[in-house]
Amino acid sequence: MTTLPALPTPKKLGLVIDLDTCVGCHACVVSCKEWNTGGYGSALSDQDPYGADVSGAWLNRVHSFEVVPEGGEVVGEAGQARIVHFPKSCLHCEDAPCVTVCPTGASYKRSADGIVLVDEDKCIGCGLCAWACPYGAREMDLAAGVMKKCTLCIDRIYNETLEEVDRVPSCVRTCPASARHFGDLGDPNSAVSKLVAERGGMDLMPEQGTRPVNKYLPPRPRKSLAESAHTLPLAENTEGARGFFAWLDGMLDRI
Amino acid sequence: MHPAFSIIILTTLSGLGYGLAAVLGLGLLDPAATATKCAHVLALALISAGLLSSTAHLGNPQRAWRALSQWRSSWLSREGVMSIVTFVPLLVSAWASITEGAYLPLPGLIGTVLCVVTVYCTSMIYASLKSVQAWYTPLTPACYALLAATGGFVLASVFAFAGGGNTRALPLLAVGFLIAAWGTKLRWRERMKSLVPLSTPESATGLGNIGRVRLFERPHVTENYLTREMGFKVARKHAKKLWRLALVAGAIVPAVLLLVLAALGGQGVLPVAIASLAALAHWLGVFVERWLFFAEARHSVVNYYGG
Repeated sequence: MTTLPALPTPKKLGLVIDLDTCVGCHACVVSCKEWNTGGYGSALSDQDPYGADVSGAWLNRVHSFEVVPEGGEVVGEAGQARIVHFPKSCLHCEDAPCVTVCPTGASYKRSADGIVLVDEDKCIGCGLCAWACPYGAREMDLAAGVMKKCTLCIDRIYNETLEEVDRVPSCVRTCPASARHFGDLGDPNSAVSKLVAERGGMDLMPEQGTRPVNKYLPPRPRKSLAESAHTLPLAENTEGARGFFAWLDGMLDRI
Repeated sequence: MHPAFSIIILTTLSGLGYGLAAVLGLGLLDPAATATKCAHVLALALISAGLLSSTAHLGNPQRAWRALSQWRSSWLSREGVMSIVTFVPLLVSAWASITEGAYLPLPGLIGTVLCVVTVYCTSMIYASLKSVQAWYTPLTPACYALLAATGGFVLASVFAFAGGGNTRALPLLAVGFLIAAWGTKLRWRERMKSLVPLSTPESATGLGNIGRVRLFERPHVTENYLTREMGFKVARKHAKKLWRLALVAGAIVPAVLLLVLAALGGQGVLPVAIASLAALAHWLGVFVERWLFFAEARHSVVNYYGG
């Protein structure tokens, strides 16, 4: 059924992505592709994989943006413009437009935990759900002719054959900067909900009315390079040296 | 948005077919005339060709029947269901005209209403997408319905000159619809050009309170499904020229030709040839219009790709 669950789902499983700590290494992108090409549904195919014009289906991509404050300068030393790495995958929206447009019932939102999935045996590959998604979270698999999207690693998070520490989405497990967090955003006492409350987690494109479950934590305010510089100890400065170094400092001064 | 050839063929041909079928359902052509019988066949052929073409862009066309199941929520599913339901009265009307030379008002009028409903469902597939702001307006279904009706009256004029009906009323009605349809389309385009983007790179990334947001690096250096499907730009370069071509071929040429023919009146080979030229020009104009409808529409995902 492609109508959305009538009642709010008891759980709202999703991701919280920290734009302050993401270093843009693309490890989540690669681990996502690796896990999902052998996991739920058909493999994530690539076209012309070893050629010049390689492309393929990915469920998670990292964009990099430059943000320039009003009147700010792009020059890095001015400390004004900054680069923000921006991982983007399905936001598992509460009012998911990709679900209601599906003509076959292949696209659905689970009433138990809110995960948005594609039943690939029903998908005709019309592509309308990808058009309906304002975020570009869905990509057609050109080999299988079906729509692919983030499953929140449904074949990991409930998989009791895995160690408990591994029962999180592949991207979360692999992130070396701990910029990705997984949990129940419907529970105000969950770690992710607290994180969102503490750091002012935000929705992407709230004006599209999709009510995304995934939240993004904004980058913390940044000090300019000049401001940070004077706190760095200079090589010539021995102030505050103690013990052996204080003795050595004194001795060397006397020589 | 990527203008898929199969979708342009679908919407223009089936629109033309439904338009002609709707005019036939009103009983404006003489049901006993050979020309009218041909018109019934042509309408059904155009609708069928359009619908068959629509399956060409599917990844798994063998499962297309599943698309009839979600009519409660999906306009695409509603379009599928309505297109099949509409065949029933259209086939009854065609059968009555071809075998009995008769016009049956009840199946005729039901057919006309269902033709309008089907074209409306087609247009709502686009008009319901908030992610594509240019389409997200009641003017979209108005344009689709009026352009389909116009095509119907222009084609019906051809069959009127071929001996099927009134050679003054039908071309004049067609000219009236030409003005209404392209006038509405003009308003649609003005609206699109004056749009303030609903979503911006700032709202898409949530970084607007820090400053102005500009794409620094794409996720991958090559194109992907999203940039090919939503970031189409080829026709935009020539959009102005193409729009002028659409207006001249789709509106001005058929209007002038039909006005001249209506003034002269009479049936025969030459009027049929000229009216056919008008119909062909109109279809070409609508084809270009439909190309631009896709190519010029901006999807909100381009905010993530520096579009």
